[in-house]
Amino acid sequence: MAPPAHRSGSNKRAQLGLFAGYVIAGTGALIGAALLMISLWRPETFQGLRSMASDLTAPAGQAGAAGRVESRSIFEAIAGYYDAGSRNAELEREIAVARVRLAEAEALEQENERLKAVLELASGDAETVTTARLIGSTSSSTRRFAYLSAGSAEGVKVGMPVTSPMGLVGRVLETGASSSRVLLLTDQESMVPVRRASDDVIAFAEGRADGSLRLRLINLGINPLEEGDVFVTSGAGGLFRPGIAVAVVTEITEDGGIAQLLSNPAATDIVIVEPIWQERVLQAMQEPVLADPSAD
Amino acid sequence: MERLNPQSRRDAYGSKINRDHSPVLVYGVPWLSILLGSMTPLLPIIAPAPVVPPFALMIMLAWRVLRPGLLPLWAGFPLGLFDDLFSGQPFGSAILLFSLTLIALELIDLRFPWRVFWQDWLTSALIIAIYLVAAALLSGTPVGLLHASVILPQLLLSIALFPIFTRMVALLDRLRLLRVRRLG
Repeated sequence: MAPPAHRSGSNKRAQLGLFAGYVIAGTGALIGAALLMISLWRPETFQGLRSMASDLTAPAGQAGAAGRVESRSIFEAIAGYYDAGSRNAELEREIAVARVRLAEAEALEQENERLKAVLELASGDAETVTTARLIGSTSSSTRRFAYLSAGSAEGVKVGMPVTSPMGLVGRVLETGASSSRVLLLTDQESMVPVRRASDDVIAFAEGRADGSLRLRLINLGINPLEEGDVFVTSGAGGLFRPGIAVAVVTEITEDGGIAQLLSNPAATDIVIVEPIWQERVLQAMQEPVLADPSAD
Repeated sequence: MERLNPQSRRDAYGSKINRDHSPVLVYGVPWLSILLGSMTPLLPIIAPAPVVPPFALMIMLAWRVLRPGLLPLWAGFPLGLFDDLFSGQPFGSAILLFSLTLIALELIDLRFPWRVFWQDWLTSALIIAIYLVAAALLSGTPVGLLHASVILPQLLLSIALFPIFTRMVALLDRLRLLRVRRLG
């Protein structure tokens, strides 16, 4: 029960104070609305403020992240106690399938090397800018961002892909000095060009805010997808190198499918920041086509 | 007097003789607890979907329910500004929504001065629902039916957790009013 807090009554001064409170609060709301419109129009406007805040608080987050190595996420850990038996059976089944897949993958790898040798392509592993921890995510907003414990001091730049051993996690959106913000694949603004691992069915993987991805096929027609198809990055666009695992199809829709992430960020502790695959191409694409020669 | 009842010169917050509330605690604890609530994105929960309740808003509501005059009417601006730094929402959305929340609560307070807890719970549940929907609308992403299935579990969790938050805030209130300042 809340007691009547402040009844102004006939006290003019108290009434004025109350009125001033409403005016100040209303002004605050209006400023908020104005800032909101600015940041919806130009999302990068307040980047400096945000990076400064996350730089300052990153050490605390990092300490917490170190404790997350074993656990997946709170809810999964709790749920794990309830369905341990059925999950065990499920896992065994999955391992059986995975062994077969592994054999297939080895065969593919051999074939791949043979073909690469034919084409005289340098194989070489992916380069690494830095390794870092995911220290947190915007877990109550419908936007899906994560915070990374490395920033421009470690060479992280905007646009760099963030991967884990399981697959693609997202890409760097904003960088601070010692922390940066990652746009996760499941954010609705995220769109990754992908192809089916087994052949060249190409699609776009768009984030859905609920933790899955929507695959939209580029070539419309008969939907060739099947449940269990694995999608990897295609390399189109030049941002992500080709061949990073992204998602596995769990549901077929009219124009594509719904896919689950392979690299669940909740289970990801250490991530790798990779360089932008084709930086020059990207830069060339961003420059205006008809550049003014006198501008140089 | 002390011989009859040793607690006679004490209350729940400590000795009443030579001791007083500390202004740092009295005004600091509510603000600090709400600011800490804003920093939940730094908790090591990497969620693929929004599942965690909006802590800062809920702690603010709980303080408002417990101590109606404690937070000034304009508190939505600084609290929202801090929340926007971490929440991932476009900058300004929490400033707007927190300010509107406090103004709305003030108006409700004027209209219904005497309330019981379940009325406060109902009001807070409505405000949390409006906040989550508005935050999704203002998030700068296309809004579809999908959002409903994403927000609903979060909303139910938030509403169910609200009484617990008011209890925790009541505990913090006892800390806030501890008589720790020595007079004279």
